Amino acid sequence: MRSDDKINLTNNVDWITIGFYVLFVLLGWLNIYAVVYDPEAVTTIFDFSINSGKQLMWIGGAFIIIISILVIDYKFYSAFSYVFYVVSMLVLLLTIFMGTEVNGSKSWLDLGFVRVQPAEFAKFTTALALARMLGSIHSNIDHLETLAKALMLLAIPCALILLQNETGGMLVFSAFVLVLYREGLPGTLLLIGVFVTLLFVLTLAIGVKPIIIGLAVLFSIIILYFIINRLRMTRKQLTNRILVFLFIFGMSCAFVFGVHKIFFEILQEHQRNRIMVLFDTQLDIRDKGYHLHQSKIAIGSGDFFGKGFLEGTQTKFDFVPEQSTDFIFCTIGEEHGWFGSTILIALYVLFMMRLVFLAERQKDRFSRIYGYSVASIILFHFMVNIGMTIGLFPVIGIPLPFFSYGGSSLWSFTILLFVFLKLDSHRGQVLAGH
Amino acid sequence: MQERKFVINAIIIAIGLIYVIRLFFLQVLDSSYKIEAEINAIEKVVDYPYRGLIYDRHGDLLVFNTPVFDITVVTKEFKLTDTLLFCQRFGISKEEFITKMKDIKNPIKNRGYSRNKPQTLFKQLSLEDFAHVQDYMNDYPGLYTQARTIRSYSYPSAANALGYIGEISPKALEKQKDGYYKQGDYIGISGIELFYENELRGRRGVKYIMKDVHGVQKGSYRGGAYDTISAPGENLTSTIDIKLQQYGELLLQNKIGSVVAIEPSTGEILSFISSPSYDPNFLTGRKFSENYVVLEKDPYKPLFNRPLMAMYPPGSIFKLAQAAIALEEGVITDHSRFPCDKSLVNCHDHPSPQDLRGAIQWSCNPYFYMVFKKMISQDKNPNKFKDTEANFDVWRSHMLTFGFGQKMLVDLPNTKSGNIPSNAYYDRVYGDLHWKFSTIYSLSIGQGEINVVPIQMANMAALIANKGWYITPHLIKSIGKDKHILEEYKNRHVTSVDPKHFQPVIDGMEQVVLAGTASWLKIKDIEICGKTGTAENPHGDDHSVYIAFAPKDNPKIAIAVYVENAGFGAMTAAPIAHLMIEKYLKDTITRPPLEKMVLDKNLLHKVKTKP
Repeated sequence: MRSDDKINLTNNVDWITIGFYVLFVLLGWLNIYAVVYDPEAVTTIFDFSINSGKQLMWIGGAFIIIISILVIDYKFYSAFSYVFYVVSMLVLLLTIFMGTEVNGSKSWLDLGFVRVQPAEFAKFTTALALARMLGSIHSNIDHLETLAKALMLLAIPCALILLQNETGGMLVFSAFVLVLYREGLPGTLLLIGVFVTLLFVLTLAIGVKPIIIGLAVLFSIIILYFIINRLRMTRKQLTNRILVFLFIFGMSCAFVFGVHKIFFEILQEHQRNRIMVLFDTQLDIRDKGYHLHQSKIAIGSGDFFGKGFLEGTQTKFDFVPEQSTDFIFCTIGEEHGWFGSTILIALYVLFMMRLVFLAERQKDRFSRIYGYSVASIILFHFMVNIGMTIGLFPVIGIPLPFFSYGGSSLWSFTILLFVFLKLDSHRGQVLAGH
Repeated sequence: MQERKFVINAIIIAIGLIYVIRLFFLQVLDSSYKIEAEINAIEKVVDYPYRGLIYDRHGDLLVFNTPVFDITVVTKEFKLTDTLLFCQRFGISKEEFITKMKDIKNPIKNRGYSRNKPQTLFKQLSLEDFAHVQDYMNDYPGLYTQARTIRSYSYPSAANALGYIGEISPKALEKQKDGYYKQGDYIGISGIELFYENELRGRRGVKYIMKDVHGVQKGSYRGGAYDTISAPGENLTSTIDIKLQQYGELLLQNKIGSVVAIEPSTGEILSFISSPSYDPNFLTGRKFSENYVVLEKDPYKPLFNRPLMAMYPPGSIFKLAQAAIALEEGVITDHSRFPCDKSLVNCHDHPSPQDLRGAIQWSCNPYFYMVFKKMISQDKNPNKFKDTEANFDVWRSHMLTFGFGQKMLVDLPNTKSGNIPSNAYYDRVYGDLHWKFSTIYSLSIGQGEINVVPIQMANMAALIANKGWYITPHLIKSIGKDKHILEEYKNRHVTSVDPKHFQPVIDGMEQVVLAGTASWLKIKDIEICGKTGTAENPHGDDHSVYIAFAPKDNPKIAIAVYVENAGFGAMTAAPIAHLMIEKYLKDTITRPPLEKMVLDKNLLHKVKTKP
């Protein structure tokens, strides 16, 4: 190492992104304090017996991690990506058998001094491995082989996390679809995805019969349109077109029936309930719908400007369960109102767009794919975490990146982000050998 | 593929936008969540003010507040290892305790039930009872103490004047206009407690307390910005002389009747006795309902407020008003004489004929028959009936200025007005212009359709003592720190009779005691002016009536005594009045045998009670 390496440590690093990062971590920390704040027994934000004090410890740890990432050679991450991947998959496997059970899922590993959630780190290793695989000059996503390999890389952690009974953690991996899309996955697949999701939601919301009737009407109109207009098609072309639509219609119907069957016969009751509360807000607000109901009360009582920092009654007094972690957004909603919520959402949107911008300016595919992975994972967390607190998504226990309380979550997102920033700072130097 | 970044950015922005819009609906447009948040976390704790105290006229405390203790249980925290020991310590049988706990947990019987909130287990333990169990409280987690106050009365007296408080009835709750009272609140139900409710209750304070999801209190909401401080009720000073009151109640033991004593110059009621009565402490605390039923079923009706509500024919005492009005109208002079002609109306033997003073002294019935006849039949109008009507109307309006036939605006609820019949009444009964003096002559001696309540009799004594004016009798002479008094009790009501016409009446009353119907009762050193009465009672023995004031000059006390089924006025009512006057003016009793005679008199067996 040359002596001027130290100076180069933060050379070329994107300070705008770091600015966002520091802002989120700081705001998160303040809001964690607002959650644990007790007007009857006031403790300082630094008190290590409460969550805000502990979070400060995690933040300190994150700082060390950041320095380490910046110190380590940028080539190291691509070179060892598969190793990371394999090791993390083994840890996931180990967790299935040796994990500590928390809230019905065995996703935590107790290391004695600290408990970690390996699934949080699996996102990072999977992102690295996917970038390495798709980034190699031989791979082309249009080839079925490449796509199959990529899906395989994603399927393994999904399966392992599902076996830990941690559905929420598994669903995060669907975020990689966006990465595949950027790398050339046909747009129609994305549309199909949207269509399928829509069918799924409608099936649960309004039942099988109306949807089948609706689909029949929709496809009849489309087919009639083609028959009447012909559009300079030959008879054979027309027949083919009609057959394709009939096929889609058939598949859709099968899907709707399937969803209904899976949902009401295969899914476990607690999983079903988490989804059902979205459609029926009054569904047992004391029991199954309690989380969502209390969360909406906290946010909904915030009004335009909120009740003020440390003034939120729902926030302070534990009405919303798991508020430091998954429901941290309630604190923003209650204490800072619509105004504060909008600012926070705007900050996240700008932050993610910045990540997309950074990803696009990468010269090599590895860095770009990894960058998109980071953006997609954060987007998914952002979308589901806030969405569930306001009743737009089922309650899936995933944290708000950089904001929620918890070491595993903060550290894994820090690693995820800063490895990308490290790669970005060396974007001028094309990775050799790939 | 680079253009796809636009699609991805569009997705990011779209999600952000959807959330911001959704939040706008949730936070700004929909207000239901704010209400639910308050229900969740903010508890309204009512701070009940101290109810005002009531003193007697000399500053003796009559009504005060006593602390009592409710023991509440939070069932979630409450665990019993030894139920039997618990029951032993708290003085309750095991069965009783088990049903009690069952009732508490039954959401149908106990609608506000929550495992996290205190539920009442034992109600209103006295300081004494609470001291017994206080030490055990710590052994049982989940048991809490709630201190409250109940009304207490220093003397077992004046119950019908003081009244009582109780939980507000659902009806009253619905009727109230300002919405001040909530279910379970205490409110004055009768007597002074009811009439001065607004002064006594003070102002309730409200504290908004924050609580967490477990119901644990977390300090005041917004630093107490919305809290209101409670203000204690105002203390009242009564006009009652509690010693005189107690003495009067004692004299009326085993008798049914009323005594009202008034200070003529002020209208202050010195004694307000309704007999039989009850110990006001009966209607406080835990045994309220139980005792109330007992009192309500009592055949002698102790809850009946006789001085204000018992309507009687006044009997001979009414002759005093008749005399004054006749003098004012000039139909007689104080020297007019009429023979005691028993063919007109029955009378007892006495020297005859008499002038006005003598007629009062001997209570001559025929004399007042003639006085009333002269009043009613003046031949001003050739039509006898029209003449009667016109004169009767004049007579009646005089009577009204004496406070008869209308409600006395006493500071107590439920006053009866009594009755002075009107032209319209007789027209209705006998037909238009079909009645004359001979139809209504019994009014002359206070019988017939006339009805008065005892407080009106006492007021007549006072207005004669004052020679023609009175201040409405009242029970409270000073309210609160600034010692104000209700406007009504500052004003003199002047009768329509000239003061000079009261002198012969007073002279006659003096003679009643010196040498007339009550002469056996005269007291050395006190010039008492009195008038006996015996009210005919078609349902049984006659009622004994007596009004008096003393001393003759600068009177200090005016009194009316009405004892049911006690015969001649001089026999029962007059001795009671004279004993009380002596007690009040001299604070001694010079004739213990007389006192003993009164005390020994038991007339309850003569009272016809309805089953």
